[in-house]
Amino acid sequence: MGERTVELEVLRYNPETDKEPRFQRYSVVCREEWVVLDALNHIKETIDPTLSYRWSCHMAVCGSCGMMVNGEPKLACKAFLRNYEEVIRVEPLAHFPIERDLVTVVDDFMAKLKRVKPYLIPKEERPVSEGEYRQSPAELKRFKQYSMCINCMLCYAACPEYGLIPKFIGPAAISLAHRYNQDSRDGGRTERQHEIAATEGVWECSFTGACSEVCPEHVDPAAALQQVKIRSTVDWYAHHLMPWLKK
Amino acid sequence: MAEKVSRNPYVREEGLRWILRHPRYQRYMAREFTCLFIGAWTLLMVWGLKQLSEGPLAWAAFLEWLRSPASITFHAIALVFAAYHSYTWFNLTPKALPLQIGDEFVPEAVISGAHFAAWALLSLAVLYFAGAF
Repeated sequence: MGERTVELEVLRYNPETDKEPRFQRYSVVCREEWVVLDALNHIKETIDPTLSYRWSCHMAVCGSCGMMVNGEPKLACKAFLRNYEEVIRVEPLAHFPIERDLVTVVDDFMAKLKRVKPYLIPKEERPVSEGEYRQSPAELKRFKQYSMCINCMLCYAACPEYGLIPKFIGPAAISLAHRYNQDSRDGGRTERQHEIAATEGVWECSFTGACSEVCPEHVDPAAALQQVKIRSTVDWYAHHLMPWLKK
Repeated sequence: MAEKVSRNPYVREEGLRWILRHPRYQRYMAREFTCLFIGAWTLLMVWGLKQLSEGPLAWAAFLEWLRSPASITFHAIALVFAAYHSYTWFNLTPKALPLQIGDEFVPEAVISGAHFAAWALLSLAVLYFAGAF
């Protein structure tokens, strides 16, 4: 198994002592199969125990280890060191405040996620005795890709709109709202529209498409946002031009 | 007793650096920039309508200006940029307009292909009615 020395430049920020972040360089002897997260764990265990970063599953499921690797949003557990040459620059996810080192403040995303009600709101409550809510494979396929989101926030770090207009609800939260809107068992679309069809919702999106390119789970948030735009536009015309259709 | 937690998050301002971060952002800006020429051409058409409303003399002057080298250069550039702009958007149509038939989604190439075909047919129709054939 091959080993090589990799140079990592890691952005450090100590909120108690630093006025602003600074880069710190580490030389790490790495194995061929290591990812950036392995290198960070190696640094923490053998070189510098003060380095802070989030991680949990090490298999692209938990969505905790999102960070910028050479300027691109990546899951540190999926970014193989062998794919990088020379010095690897590791920074916290762009567009989020830095709590400490590679740890970001994610309160904004969590609040937005809550606002879009990303859970099933049944059309009508049914007693358990009536059995399960059945769904055909075609109905499942309408939303399945959006349910793969792991809330890693890489799409927010890739989205220039979110960087410039932090009020923007953003790709993942709107995609998750769309996921439930597309679900045949759900009846909560009207409630979610107040958030996602607003200016701070889909209308801040200018369709850069970066969110879909960086998603580690191959979700297509850009598609979700455009579909919400079209449906919201149809709603608007139906409401203003054909008010008699209103329920 | 709980220890006091000291928080002092550092906020990084986003300037224009993101444009240089990855080629995708430059492609996006190119797409957005090219729409300015479509806008300029539309304004030119509005100006043409105004000239038309002001009588034959004003209309003739407008037509004369359209034949000038400056106008021809502008139209050549606007045509290239409009074609690029349309090409980028038609390529994105499958995202906005997915079509599910039965269990399966229609392949993306079919949706964007239908848009390209409609574009070509409408362009041919415009050229036909303009007397190009």
